[in-house]
Amino acid sequence: MTKLYSNKVNIFLFILPALLLFFLILVAPIFVSGYYSLFDWNGFGEKTYIGFENYRELFTSNSIGFTKALGNSLLLALFSVFVQLPISLGFALLLGKGRKGERAFLSIYFAPVLISTVVIGQLWLKIYNPSYGILNVVLRAIGLESWAKIWLGEVETALGAAFIPTLWQYVGYHMLLMYAAIKSVPTEYREAAMIDGANEGQINRYIVIPYIKPILKVCTIFAVTGSLKSFDLIYVLTNGAPLHSTEVPSTLMISMLFLRNRYGMGSTIALLLIVLCFAFALIIGYIFRNKEDYQREKIKR
Amino acid sequence: MKRLKGKECLVYAIFGIWALINLFPVYWMFTFSLKSNEEIFGANVAGLPNDWLWSNYTRAVTTGDMGRYFINSTIIAVATIIIVLFASMMATFALTRFMWKGQKKMNSFFMLGLTIPIHAAIVPIYVIISRLHLINTYWALIIPYAAFSLAMGILICTGFMTELPIELDEAACLDGCGTWGIFFRIIVPLMKPAVAAISIYTFLQCWNELMFATIFISDGVHRTLPVGVQALAGQFMKEWGPIGAAMVLATFPTLLAYLFLSRKIQDSFIAGAVKG
Repeated sequence: MTKLYSNKVNIFLFILPALLLFFLILVAPIFVSGYYSLFDWNGFGEKTYIGFENYRELFTSNSIGFTKALGNSLLLALFSVFVQLPISLGFALLLGKGRKGERAFLSIYFAPVLISTVVIGQLWLKIYNPSYGILNVVLRAIGLESWAKIWLGEVETALGAAFIPTLWQYVGYHMLLMYAAIKSVPTEYREAAMIDGANEGQINRYIVIPYIKPILKVCTIFAVTGSLKSFDLIYVLTNGAPLHSTEVPSTLMISMLFLRNRYGMGSTIALLLIVLCFAFALIIGYIFRNKEDYQREKIKR
Repeated sequence: MKRLKGKECLVYAIFGIWALINLFPVYWMFTFSLKSNEEIFGANVAGLPNDWLWSNYTRAVTTGDMGRYFINSTIIAVATIIIVLFASMMATFALTRFMWKGQKKMNSFFMLGLTIPIHAAIVPIYVIISRLHLINTYWALIIPYAAFSLAMGILICTGFMTELPIELDEAACLDGCGTWGIFFRIIVPLMKPAVAAISIYTFLQCWNELMFATIFISDGVHRTLPVGVQALAGQFMKEWGPIGAAMVLATFPTLLAYLFLSRKIQDSFIAGAVKG
């Protein structure tokens, strides 16, 4: 048996397909992206080595507007963390307490996550449609004619209008994760707190939320990295318009690559996105570190 | 006691309103896919269709070519699922059953895949795929999709495979099975629940993906559903009925699966998050 399971050739053969796929499509391309980012390259002609010129141009050029795009995605991250996650947490706490029909409600709330983002985007385009969209129709019907707007077409409202569908679609996702964690809180903890006279709010505050902290961390990381990478809904809803006011790094990357044939610059944006995602994941992990860990660190010092 | 009851009512009212916010756009989509422009634009904005206009669907399928896109998406999803299933089961077998140096490291290497965003690789993959003349073929999507679902596949497989007792392998070994015999005759048939979970997860990944599908496929012949809906929305700018019909066609397989497998689907999302 031991002999059977230490045959090196078989180990290699079993792992080969996955390793090949994983290495060639996921790992190697990151390094290749890093390499391309140092070149001025239109995708087919000669590459010209330009060092870190792409990075410099990206942060200084106003015509590319990368800092604005990055700012937009960070704004989306802020909205996700401070609006979307609290909504998710609130519902997860209400559902997780053990109410009749909680599962059914949760299933409804999670459904939008599974619908294609193109469909969601197209639907919201229709909702926002200036003349026939349900939003303006309702506003007119209740006499708020003046509030009706070209939601996605005006610089002041476009960004907000483009964010809402993203927040709407993924509230259920975070809710599901938090709900699952809340359900794993041992009932003895709740009971003990109740015997000590804690009300629902206190139980949530002192028992449930500290207990589900690891999943809150995961949700925060997902919300932030998801915002940095956001593409689908923005692409469908505005694709950066009007006047680049809703541009995010991913839409910028795509237009660099396939409209302007600037492969080096596109790679630079791709690489910066990965680096930012990992950096934020580490920072958030640090913010959420346990108190015990923190104290242990202190003692060590 | 009475006050408590009032509070419960309030909670359910909030649940109801929130459910409405979640369901309304979907309901609206289903209804306007069966309406004429006159109804959508004024006569009957939010109600059930007065006239059930099934011709919207025929037009989405004929003029909009949604039938073809549907088949394309299905082919790509099925091929991706098969590749992910085999690659991840084989890799997990090597990672959990065999004994070798560095298997822990290899496992965490694969788990990196849960965190790498799909964008990261887009330029090099585009270059490779166009060099291999695979642009505008199914492979242009199948290969990247399979690679990006692999980490999840291995994660799910590991959970199920470590639960299979090693005595099974020993018995099979005594009966004269080699490693490959054990894998194909003992392990694979027992992995059915993992197969279901991985298939669902991979299906959702491929079915809805937009960025790669837009860039790697530029002709109408191999186009997938999400890109097809985008194209059709441009084509039928002024007529919402066929657009709605196309959206329903792209959505109903997922919603149907969700209706029957909601718990399984939710669990697969939870599993991915807890580990990632």
